[in-house]
Amino acid sequence: MARVLVGVKRVIDYAVKVRVKPDKTGVVTEGVKHSMNPFDEIGIEEAVRMKEKKLASEVVAVSCGPAQAQETLRTALAMGADRGIHVEVAGAEYDTLQPIHVSKILAKLAQDEKADLVIVGKQAIDDDCNQTAQMTAAILNWPQGTFASKVEKTGEGLTVTREIDGGLETIKIKMPAVKAKKKPIKKVTPKDLGVDTAARIEVLSVEDPPKRQAGAILPDVDALVAKLKEGGHI
Amino acid sequence: MEHSIQLLGHLRCPKYSSIRGTMLSVFVKRGSSSRNISSLLSRFQSTLVIAEHNNEKLLPVTLNALTAAKKLGGEVTVLVAGTKCGPIAEQVAKAPGIAKILVAENEAFKGFLPESLTPLVVASQKQFNFSHILAGATAFGKSLLPRIAAKLDVSPISDVIDIKAPDTFVRTIYAGNAVLTLKAKDPVKVVSVRGTSFEAAKLEGGSAKSENAPSGEYKTDLAEFVSQELSKSDRPELTSAKVVVSGGRGMKSGENFKLLYDLADKLNAAVGASRAAVDAGYVPNDLQVGQTGKIVAPELYIAVGISGAIQHLAGMKDSKTIVAINKDPEAPIFQVADHGLVADLFKAVPELTQKL
Repeated sequence: MARVLVGVKRVIDYAVKVRVKPDKTGVVTEGVKHSMNPFDEIGIEEAVRMKEKKLASEVVAVSCGPAQAQETLRTALAMGADRGIHVEVAGAEYDTLQPIHVSKILAKLAQDEKADLVIVGKQAIDDDCNQTAQMTAAILNWPQGTFASKVEKTGEGLTVTREIDGGLETIKIKMPAVKAKKKPIKKVTPKDLGVDTAARIEVLSVEDPPKRQAGAILPDVDALVAKLKEGGHI
Repeated sequence: MEHSIQLLGHLRCPKYSSIRGTMLSVFVKRGSSSRNISSLLSRFQSTLVIAEHNNEKLLPVTLNALTAAKKLGGEVTVLVAGTKCGPIAEQVAKAPGIAKILVAENEAFKGFLPESLTPLVVASQKQFNFSHILAGATAFGKSLLPRIAAKLDVSPISDVIDIKAPDTFVRTIYAGNAVLTLKAKDPVKVVSVRGTSFEAAKLEGGSAKSENAPSGEYKTDLAEFVSQELSKSDRPELTSAKVVVSGGRGMKSGENFKLLYDLADKLNAAVGASRAAVDAGYVPNDLQVGQTGKIVAPELYIAVGISGAIQHLAGMKDSKTIVAINKDPEAPIFQVADHGLVADLFKAVPELTQKL
């Protein structure tokens, strides 16, 4: 049976309309509702389902971030994860923490914890990078099943149905693989794990996107047809 | 001139101090004009574009990536890897201004698995020492590029919408609600390109030569391609269509999407959907437009029965003209729509189709 490591991230709640800071250094996070990245919730659910089907022996949730990341880990534990690992990264170090750093941390933990499968959400809804799974797999030299919509255990490996641009694709990957209260949460730092979190990027600015002006409400379909003609669309 | 200034700026970066001496002495010996400086400096930019194709046709996003590559300055090389590369290399060769095409035809690349393509790209990188590696930000590019970046120990840059300098990129975060400009500090920039943000390069006037990519043992037993189920459609492809008609939860069922297909046929449009419509099972997931689906920017986007959640707007708000048809006058979609129609879609859409 497999031990599953699931990466979870605390992000601004998906329903919040973010505000850019006036000094253009980032978005306002203080006093804003945060929750678990929605794709990571799917990751935890999948891991817990594997446990229910006796395909997984233990589900370990990992989160990298400031002290509040523990809230996200507790959510994962409440959903059925067995234990949590909090990799504490805060302040300026967290501001420039990129998927490459998180991947190195996850890869090290996957080895230390003797995980057979790492699950992460396909992207975090704050940085929208969509990189961590792929990079973790690369560092471990494990296969990857990205954008998975269905995962089945077949023989020694997994059969993964992937959402691709034109439809669906099925691949087989070998295990180990990467595809996201009272229980214990262990606290470590990237340094403990031997991971260098030196900044790989410099944020030059964070700005509002160009605003779209609301147009006019039209009285009927004829008016819409006239507008489409006017715009050269028909 | 602006171009050469950017490149000079780049050279001041301490990373390049070791080559600066050599470059300037070459310049002095030749006594060239500033134009030559620019061309000399740009030699130190060299970009590899990974072609996306299906062994028959080059996919259009590669043409957008080629335009992004040109913006970086310097030489552009295109890598064509697959089980059948001849026709693709022929198509790519027509693009103007490409230095060369690397061809890797091998059964190992069946299904374009990142596990087999990554060692090929890393071997090519070792041989040619590119400053940039680019591909379109599609399911293919998103799956492959971060794996390559991790093997090169560099931080990749996803879905860029603009290139300000060879090390300065613009991308959106928070579902398109903030625009981040960043300077990449790593020596090699691995970048996926948002197709709708760069014009498509024209496939004419070029005559690039093909050569074999570095050979190696690219077969992998880590992963195996089994099958694909592609949605069949005669309509234009969603991300490159000039007109897109999209349906949301308000469509109420998959059958009702026929109303949108009829309208789309009149407009030669692609059909898209909101996540709500995909999750409800009305249409397959590859039609999803939004933060975690496809990003489109057509001339005309018609949103039918879509409320306009942040996540959906992220995928379509750069459309030139937006039309919304929704019975709820308070729906957020009306805040971005150029033309709004507050109406029952089951009456308005058939009427619109009939009047076109």
